[in-house]
Amino acid sequence: MDKLFALFMTAFLINNIILTKFLGMCPFLGVSRQRSSAIGMGLAVIFVILGASIFTYVLYYSVLVPLELEYMDLITFILVIAAFVQFVELVLKKYSPALYKALGIYLPLITTNCVVLYVTLENITNKFDFVEMIVYSIAVPAGFALMLFIFSTIRERLDIATTPKPFRGNALALVLAAIMALAFSGLAGLV
Amino acid sequence: MKKFFTGLILDNPVFGLFLGICSTLAITINLNNALGMGVSVILILIASNVIISAIRKITPDEIRIPVYIVVIATLVKAVELLIKAYAPAIDVALGVFIPLIVVNCIILGRAEAFASKNGMLASAWDGFTMGVGYILGLVVMSLIREILATGIVEMVNPFNDALIFSVRLVPAEFSISMFSQPVGAFLTFAVIAAGVAAFRDKVEAQTKKEAK
Repeated sequence: MDKLFALFMTAFLINNIILTKFLGMCPFLGVSRQRSSAIGMGLAVIFVILGASIFTYVLYYSVLVPLELEYMDLITFILVIAAFVQFVELVLKKYSPALYKALGIYLPLITTNCVVLYVTLENITNKFDFVEMIVYSIAVPAGFALMLFIFSTIRERLDIATTPKPFRGNALALVLAAIMALAFSGLAGLV
Repeated sequence: MKKFFTGLILDNPVFGLFLGICSTLAITINLNNALGMGVSVILILIASNVIISAIRKITPDEIRIPVYIVVIATLVKAVELLIKAYAPAIDVALGVFIPLIVVNCIILGRAEAFASKNGMLASAWDGFTMGVGYILGLVVMSLIREILATGIVEMVNPFNDALIFSVRLVPAEFSISMFSQPVGAFLTFAVIAAGVAAFRDKVEAQTKKEAK
């Protein structure tokens, strides 16, 4: 249990996917302007990553390994992810049109969100067992969602502040990310 | 000529359009990584642009994105296996970021925006110019970060690990190690992006003035 908790905290806070691995920057810069779309995107990413991880994990160990096709991992994984995202999009469109509208073009872009592919690949490279895989696949996107939420709250304030013109928008968000990265590096010795 | 350079800065995929930022921030710790990544991406970009342009007439519109992704993933896997075989040092340094080239927005973006509508030669040229812009972005970032963090610029031959050159530009006691960490990556990128934005404002103001 301790080991699982350590794994969770490491993936969630200490090695936060955005601040230490720089993955998922595109949706991060695009969607972190408003709190509501940040929450929606965060939840969508957690759901997609957990689903895609379980799919690819089972597929890898029950199909690719017995057939000795391990080198096909990249191609199968990305197809599973693309199909899964399409599925989430259809479900959202039907049951939550408001959220679908808010997330707009960013939903299909989850396919090319590096975090999804990263987590599915890491599950295999780190040789996680099934439970560890589940914990890891929740912790990483949860860290992503947390960052998205924190940033959206800060950026909503920044929009009404006076800032130098060239820095407005993405550049300022990156400066913010730098400060957050500095703060989060203080967590390094936690586990 | 002046127009070419303005385009290289303003339409730079990294700093102007904010594409492929993940890899730019993560691997620009030193010049070697930047060049290794840049060369892999430009090769994949040209090849994927040519292939996608060649099959554009027989690709059904509804499933074009999955088709593109399969083409790109196949190319990336081929490059990954080649790097593992011939340049293991790069494989160790870049790690998971090589397979992650699949989801580099530049490649899919160019496939969708250019190669799916244009001929093979034009697509190859487009892939080349975009790739050069990307390499330029990586090299600028990595030079700034490497010089500030270690004070040394060095290049190593990736195939046999022989040192090509190594120059110390800043004395060791003045190096700021923060720049090899995530903080430095974000800060460097933010400042360069702001610089590009300021340059764009200036160019736009000038063209407006000329139009009057």
